[in-house]
Amino acid sequence: MAEVRYEAASRIYPGSEIPAVNKLDLDISNGELLVLVGPSGSGKSTALRMLAGLETVNEGRIFINDVDVTLKPPQDRDIAMVFQNYALYPSMTVGENMGFALKQAKVPKAERAAQVLEAARILDLEPYLDRKPKNLSGGQRQRVAMGRAIVRSPQVFLMDEPLSNLDAKLRVQTRTELADLQARLGTTMVYVTHDQVEAMTMGHRVAVLKDGILQQVASPRELYRRPKNRFVAGFIGSPAMNLLDVDRIDGQFGIAGTTIGLTDEMKAAASAVDGTTFGIGVRPEHLEFTGDGDGMAGEVVVVEALGSESFLHVKVQHEGRDELLVVHEAGDTDFGRGDNVTIAVKGPVHIFAPDGESV
Amino acid sequence: MALFTRAPKAEPILGQNRVVAHLLALLTWIIGLLFFFPLFWLTLNGFKEESVANGSPVLFFDPTLDRFSEVTESSTGLLSFTEAFGNSFWIVLISTAIAMILAVPAAYALAIRPMRMWRDVLFFFISTKFLPIVGAIMPLWIIARDLDLLGTRTVLVVLYTAMNLPLAVWMLRSFFAEVPKELIEAASIDGASLMGQIRQVILPIVAPGLAATALLCVIFAWNEFFLAVQLNPTGASTMPVWVNSQQKFQGQFLAGLSAASVLATFPVVIAGWVAQKRMIRGLAMGAIK
Repeated sequence: MAEVRYEAASRIYPGSEIPAVNKLDLDISNGELLVLVGPSGSGKSTALRMLAGLETVNEGRIFINDVDVTLKPPQDRDIAMVFQNYALYPSMTVGENMGFALKQAKVPKAERAAQVLEAARILDLEPYLDRKPKNLSGGQRQRVAMGRAIVRSPQVFLMDEPLSNLDAKLRVQTRTELADLQARLGTTMVYVTHDQVEAMTMGHRVAVLKDGILQQVASPRELYRRPKNRFVAGFIGSPAMNLLDVDRIDGQFGIAGTTIGLTDEMKAAASAVDGTTFGIGVRPEHLEFTGDGDGMAGEVVVVEALGSESFLHVKVQHEGRDELLVVHEAGDTDFGRGDNVTIAVKGPVHIFAPDGESV
Repeated sequence: MALFTRAPKAEPILGQNRVVAHLLALLTWIIGLLFFFPLFWLTLNGFKEESVANGSPVLFFDPTLDRFSEVTESSTGLLSFTEAFGNSFWIVLISTAIAMILAVPAAYALAIRPMRMWRDVLFFFISTKFLPIVGAIMPLWIIARDLDLLGTRTVLVVLYTAMNLPLAVWMLRSFFAEVPKELIEAASIDGASLMGQIRQVILPIVAPGLAATALLCVIFAWNEFFLAVQLNPTGASTMPVWVNSQQKFQGQFLAGLSAASVLATFPVVIAGWVAQKRMIRGLAMGAIK
């Protein structure tokens, strides 16, 4: 049980000018499952490894339970980590792998065996305790890595893309099991992934990173509804939000020649920002086809029929360029490739200032 | 670095002529036998009477162990068989043990916690092998004389350790470098100390590499002749010097010399054969996906 706090923590790799993690400020509360998400090179893994003690913190500090651990070696931090490739000790059996940390802590053998058995029971690993890792499937190895982490009841769980080596179906299943396990144990968890679906489904809060800089940290719903900037808006959500460059003309914004109605609040906020080229964003489910020919005219070029729902890619003429808009439709949509359609906005619109910040 | 790998079973390439395949197999056997033949000839000669060995080659003869008992019991040289074998055994064992004890931490540092200019350090190690040993023998002899080490087992232990150390560091470094770094990180997060990480996690993984390295050190030290004959030609010397001392001046004693050579070769052949079976195991199987 622990709180974790990053205070302006930076990591600058030797020989590099740009910090891999740049002045990260982040508070993680006791029992929280916080997901660090971002594209590759965003610094999410580095941030996790700084907390583990595997990377030097060049500036700033890191606290676990108000204890400054910035300079402490990994051994002294009372944390457990699950690696992407699991990092199971190949010369040890499953049982020995899971009991390794307890052995280092000089826990008596009988007690150790009992704790390993308990963890094995939770993870359905009892039949495999005497096997070597090489004789296990990928999913079983992943569970052993989990077992090794939970058996010692650490202060914090650190997860570095633990599901990315599993096949798609197992990944979805394990994701819910893992979130459930964390909730039952009530242990603080920091979870790194590049998969925003994983981030949205698992995280109590999600921290979005880009180029080593924290973009936004909020609940999944908040991130989805009120992205702080254009990057977060485009990164969170699948399929991604429709994002277009748009010129402000007479204080108004339009997509494909159709003026978009804004709330008074947004109009006021936008008028306080200088510049002409803004960004405009609409989620696919906030667009709809109109039967009456009113709205943005376009042509369907791709239909992604997923069964329960469909996503239609529509080519429109927007400020003299071809742009694609993705529109969410029911699974049994009648529209097909080549159909001429008109689109209307039915839900909230996001406006981004020239510097990318949400207005 | 795979030192001993078993060739996969040959599968005929599609469309390849069967005759060509058989000819290639035959050629392989011939080359193999050519390499093996001197050892075979030596071993056969060791079991012959001197008169038979010196006559024209025959395949069928009455084998005898007399030559072996003659050479092992002979006391004509400065060194008996038992003395030489014992000396070799201890010199090889101790020099290999010291070389390994020194090489493991060096290899760990070079592979897992490389410091600045580690490549230069590695090159320095191997560069000590560039110097022809005859070029260094005189200073070595003078140093050994001044330290009162001429004719002792100690001088050979020191020199064999030094001779094998660069090789051991090089080989072990490449084995250590294959240990996935996440394993070491996982062990440190699990609370293992530096010694604990090395002993419980790294060494079990590199065990086949350790065995291969130690075996090479043993073989090189066992076979070394030049330093032994220059610095220690007498009673405290090793098997190669003993074989050399079995040359008699009053004529050719081929069978006796063959028997002596077989006795000197045998331990290395056995060691190589045993090790080959154990060392083909993969290095870090199952560690990563």
